[in-house]
Amino acid sequence: MANSILQVENLLKRYGDVEAVRGVSFAVEEGEVFGLLGPNGAGKTSTVEILEGLRTLDSGRVSVCGLDPQQDSAALKHEIGAALQSTSLPDKLRVMEALRLFASFYKRRRNPEELLKRFGLEEKRNTFYSQLSGGQKQRLALAMALVNDPKVLFFDEPTAGLDPQVRREIYDIIEELRREKKTIVMTTHYIEEAERLCDRVAIVDHGKVIALGTPRDLKAHSGGTTRIEVRLSKPESNGTLKNLDGATDAREVDGTYVIHSKRPPQTIVSLVKHLEAQDNELVSLEIASPSLEDVFIEMTGRRLRD
Amino acid sequence: MTNFATLTRMRIQLTLRNKMFLFFSVIMPFGFFFLYAGVFARGIPLVVRYFLGPVMALTVMGSFWGLSAALVTFREQGILRRFHVTPVTPSDMLASSIVANFVLTLPTIVLELLLARFIFHVTDLGNLFSAFLLIALGTMSFASLGLVVASVTNTMQETQVINQLIWLPLIFLSGATVPLADLPQAVKRVGLFLPATYLVTELQDAVYWSAAPWNRDFLIALASLAVWTILTFFLSAQLFRWEPEAKIPGRAKLLVAATAIPFLLLGIWENKSSRTISKSQAMFDSLNAPSKPGSSSSKTP
Repeated sequence: MANSILQVENLLKRYGDVEAVRGVSFAVEEGEVFGLLGPNGAGKTSTVEILEGLRTLDSGRVSVCGLDPQQDSAALKHEIGAALQSTSLPDKLRVMEALRLFASFYKRRRNPEELLKRFGLEEKRNTFYSQLSGGQKQRLALAMALVNDPKVLFFDEPTAGLDPQVRREIYDIIEELRREKKTIVMTTHYIEEAERLCDRVAIVDHGKVIALGTPRDLKAHSGGTTRIEVRLSKPESNGTLKNLDGATDAREVDGTYVIHSKRPPQTIVSLVKHLEAQDNELVSLEIASPSLEDVFIEMTGRRLRD
Repeated sequence: MTNFATLTRMRIQLTLRNKMFLFFSVIMPFGFFFLYAGVFARGIPLVVRYFLGPVMALTVMGSFWGLSAALVTFREQGILRRFHVTPVTPSDMLASSIVANFVLTLPTIVLELLLARFIFHVTDLGNLFSAFLLIALGTMSFASLGLVVASVTNTMQETQVINQLIWLPLIFLSGATVPLADLPQAVKRVGLFLPATYLVTELQDAVYWSAAPWNRDFLIALASLAVWTILTFFLSAQLFRWEPEAKIPGRAKLLVAATAIPFLLLGIWENKSSRTISKSQAMFDSLNAPSKPGSSSSKTP
C-alpha cells in the first residue's frame, strides 16, 4: 500500500454546515480501475475533485502520483486526465480544435489524430461542439482526458444521462482502457457499471466508505444468497418471512419485501403456501442473483437508484 | 506563455464565429464613425479630425464589453471548470481575453483612420505614434475593467446591468459623446475622475493637435492608465473563479473600489489645476476660429 499511486486517508470536506465527506480512506494501485459507487450526494464528486486539485480539503491526507493536490497542483495537472461532471466546451469550438487546444497545455502529449480515430470521432472532426450528440460529447470528453497520456484518469459519472446504447459504447471504451492497464478512478451510481468495469469498488454513502473490495468479494460478503423480491396485497411481518424454508433474511424496502435465500425453489413454495393460509396474495415476484445492490441494501437499508 | 498564446488564438477564433461580435465590434463603431464624421462634422475635414479622437476613444472603450463578458458565460456553462483541470492559470485566461480583444479592436481603429483619410479627406492625422500608445493601453485597461466586473458578478444578467451602470457615465461624462466643453461646469468636474476623460482628451490632442508622446499631459494620462491597467488586472486575477457555484465573498467586492484610486487621485489634482478642462475647451474653441487651419499646420498648446 505504501507505494500506491493514489492514497486517501481520513478525508474530510465541509460545505458550510454540511459534511459532504466524513473520513474517507482508500488507496488505488497502478493499473487498476477503482470505482466509487453510491447515490447522488454521497460525497463521490467532492472526493474526486479534491484528488484532482480542484477543491480544498478540510482535513485528512491525500496523495496522487506522489504529489499533494493542494501544494503541487501545477505539477499534478500534467499527470492526470479527467472527464468532469457538468462541464462543457464553447459552442463554436470544433472537435479537432478542442483536442489540439487541450493537448497544447501539456508537456507530454498524445497525437490528437490517433485519439480522434480511437474514439470514433473522425467524421466529426470539423463539427462544432454544440452540434454533437450527448454520446459524442461524452466520447470527446474521454478523448480529451487522454490528450496528455495521464498516469491517473478520473471519470466522474461517465455515463450519467446517456441512453442505454450510448452507455454501452462508453463501457467498451473504458474496458479497452482497462485492458491497457490504465489507472482509472471513476464514480458512478449505476450498479452494473461498477460490477462490469471496476477491479475494486468502494461503496460510499453519506460521506463514508461503507464497504470496499472487488465486486466478487463484496457480493460474497452479502452472503451469496439469491434475492427474491415480492409485493403482496396485504402487509406481512418480516419475522414470518424470515422463517420460510431456506430464507436467511427478509426485510421491507419501499413497500417491497426482499427475501434472501440459499434455496430459492423451496423458499418460493413455502412462501406461496404461507400466503394461501393467510388469505394473502402475491402481486409480483422477481428473482435476482446477488449484486452490489444487495450489498448496498444490506448496509444501508435503502435502494441505490436515481 | 504558450498556454496564453493558444488560448488567445482560440478566443479570437471563437469571437469571429460569433454574430454578436460583428454587431458590437464592427457595425456599431462604424455607425458612430459615420454619425460623427458625416452628421456632426458635416464632412468638413477639420471638424472630422476634431471628432476622430472621441470616435476612436469610443471604439477603444468598447473593449470594456469585449471578451470579458464571455468569461462569465464560460463560467456559467461549466467551460472554465474544464480548463481548471489543465495546467492553465487564471492569468493565462485573463490575459488571453485582453490580448484577443486588442487584436480584434485594432483593425476597426485602422479602418476608421483610413476612412477619415480617404473618404473625409483628413490629410493630416496628427501624431499617430501618440495615438497608437493611447489606443493600445486604453484597449487593455478597459478590457481589464470588464474583467473585474466579470469577476465580481455571478450571472450574465448581473454582468450586463453593472456594465451598463459603468458604461453610461464613461461615455456621457468624458467628452466621448458630448464634447467636454459643452457640458456644465459641475459635470466637467465629475468627468475629471473618469479614466475615459483622459483617454478622449489626449487622443483628441494627439490626432487634432498632433501632441508628441513626451509632453507632460500625455505622459500623465499614459502613466495613470498603465497603473490602472495593472491594478485592475491584478484584482481580476485575485477574484477569478473557475467554478459556477463559487460565490464571491463580500469582502472581496470591496477590493473593487481600489480600482477607482488612480483616477480619484488624478481627479483631485486635475480639479485644482483644470488643465484638462481648459485644453479641451481650447480645442473646441479652435473649431470656431477660422484663423486656425487644422489640416496643414500642427499646433501644440
